[in-house]
Amino acid sequence: MGILSFLDRDHTVAGPGYSRWMVPPAALCVHLCIGQAYAFSVFNLPMTKLIGITKSAPDDWKLTELGWIFSLAIFFLGVSSAVFGRWVEEGGPRRAMFTAACCWSGGFFISAVGVHSHVLWLIYLGYGVLGGIALGIGYISPVSTLIKWFPDRPGMATGMAIMGFGGGAFIASPLSVWLMSKFGTATHVGVMETFVILGVVYFFFMIVGSIIVRVPAPGWKPAGYVAPAQSQKLITRNDVFVYDALKTPQFWLIWWVLCLNVTAGIGVLGQASAMSQEMFPGHITPVAAAGFVGLMSLFNMGGRFVWASTSDYIGRRNTYFVFMVLGFLLYCAVPYTGSIGSVVGFVCAFLVIISMYGGGFSTVPAYLRDMFGTRYVGAIHGLLLTAWSMAGIFGPVLVNYIREYNVSHGVPKAQAYNTTMYIMAGLLVIGFFCNLFVKAVDKKHHMATNDDRGIEPVGARAGVSAASA
Amino acid sequence: MANASQTGTTTPLQLVLAWGFVGIPLILGVLQTLINAMQLFR
Repeated sequence: MGILSFLDRDHTVAGPGYSRWMVPPAALCVHLCIGQAYAFSVFNLPMTKLIGITKSAPDDWKLTELGWIFSLAIFFLGVSSAVFGRWVEEGGPRRAMFTAACCWSGGFFISAVGVHSHVLWLIYLGYGVLGGIALGIGYISPVSTLIKWFPDRPGMATGMAIMGFGGGAFIASPLSVWLMSKFGTATHVGVMETFVILGVVYFFFMIVGSIIVRVPAPGWKPAGYVAPAQSQKLITRNDVFVYDALKTPQFWLIWWVLCLNVTAGIGVLGQASAMSQEMFPGHITPVAAAGFVGLMSLFNMGGRFVWASTSDYIGRRNTYFVFMVLGFLLYCAVPYTGSIGSVVGFVCAFLVIISMYGGGFSTVPAYLRDMFGTRYVGAIHGLLLTAWSMAGIFGPVLVNYIREYNVSHGVPKAQAYNTTMYIMAGLLVIGFFCNLFVKAVDKKHHMATNDDRGIEPVGARAGVSAASA
Repeated sequence: MANASQTGTTTPLQLVLAWGFVGIPLILGVLQTLINAMQLFR
C-alpha cells in the first residue's frame, strides 16, 4: 500500500450516516480557490512596476506580455480537463483535488520565484501552465461526484460547485489587494509575498476539500428517491464510454451550444467597463462602471446556481432554449437602450445576459449526464471544456475588433458596439438550432454491462441506475 | 482490495463548520463587491 493510498477512490467511499451535504462545501473549497483566475488582473498593473515601483521602468514587463499569463492558464484549463478527464473520473475526487491543490499552489510558488528574479517565463510556466492544469483538473474534479450524490437534483448540485468558480474572484480580488498593500513598501511591490501567501492559503483550503469529500457507496441512493423505471426522452439510464461520446452528434451539438453561449457572454464580460462608459458618455463614470462590473460578476455567480437549479425542473434542453431566445431578445435590445439613453435598461439587459453566461457553464454537466449517463460524465465534461477555450478567443476578438473597425470607419463610439450586439444575437440563433437538434444518444453507443473499458468507479451507478437494481 | 469505507455519522456541527468554512469568506467577498457596486447608483 503506497504512502498516498489515502487518495485512492476506495478510501473515499462514504460510510452509513455520511451526509451528502458535506460534498458541496468540499467542492466549493476547490472551486472558490481556482476561481481566483478571474481576479488575476489585479496583479497586472503592479507587475508592470516591479523595477520602477511608482511607474514602469524601461526594463519592466509590458501589459501585453503579462496578458499571456491568463490566456495560457485558460488554454491549459481546456487542455488538461480534456487530457486528464478520464484519469480524474477513474481515480476519484480526492486524488484529483489533491493534485489540483499541489499544482495550483505550486504555480503560485514558481510565479513568486519568477517575480523575485524578474523572469517572465517562470510565471508563464508557474501560473500559466501549472496553474492552468490545476484549473482544468480542479474544475472537473467534483462534478461527477456531486451528480452521483444528487441524482434527484444534479443541476442544483453542480450549480453550487460551479457557482464557486464564479465567486472565487470576490475573495481573491480584495484579499490580493490587501496583501499587496501590506507587503508593498516605497522600494518594493508586494507581489512576490502575495503569491506565496496565496499559494499557502489555497493549498490549505483545497486540501480540506479533498479530505472531506466522499463518493457514495455502491447502490446508495437518497432517502425516498425512486429512479425512473425507464429512460425518459432526453434522460438516459445508460452510460457512454468517454471516447465514444466524441463519436456522437450530441456531444458536438452541446459543444457548440456551450461555445456559442460562452462566446456571447465572455466578450461583453471583459469589455463591460469600457462599453458602458462609451455607450453612455457622461452618465456612467469610471467608478460607476467598476460597480457595474462587480454587479455583473455577482449575476455571473448567482446565475450559475439559479439557472442550473431551474434546469432540474424545466429540463436541460429547455433551459438552453431560454438562454438562446432570451439572450437573442436582450442582445437586440441593447442598441435600443443606448439610443434612448436608458442606463437602467442597459444594465438590466446585461445582468440577465451574464447570468445566462454563468448558467451555461453550470447546467452543462447535468445536460451531459442526461445524454451520456453518470459513469464518465466528468471525463466527457472535461472534453467539452475545450469549447470554453475556443470561446475565450472568439468572444473578446468579436467585441474588440468590430468596435475598432467601426470606430476607424467613423461610427460614433456610443454606437460602435451595435454591430457586435447583433452578431452575438445571431450566434445565439445558431445555438438555438444546435440545441434543437439534440436528441437521445443512439443505443449503439451505450456501454454494455460487461464492458471492461476503464474501471467501474465505486458507486458510479448509484442513484439513477442502482436504485432500480 | 479492501474497501476502506469511512465510518461515522456526519454531525450538524460538522455541517456548520464545513459550510461556514466556504460560506463566510464568500459572503464577505460578495458584501464587499455589493458595496463597490452601489457606486453605479450614486
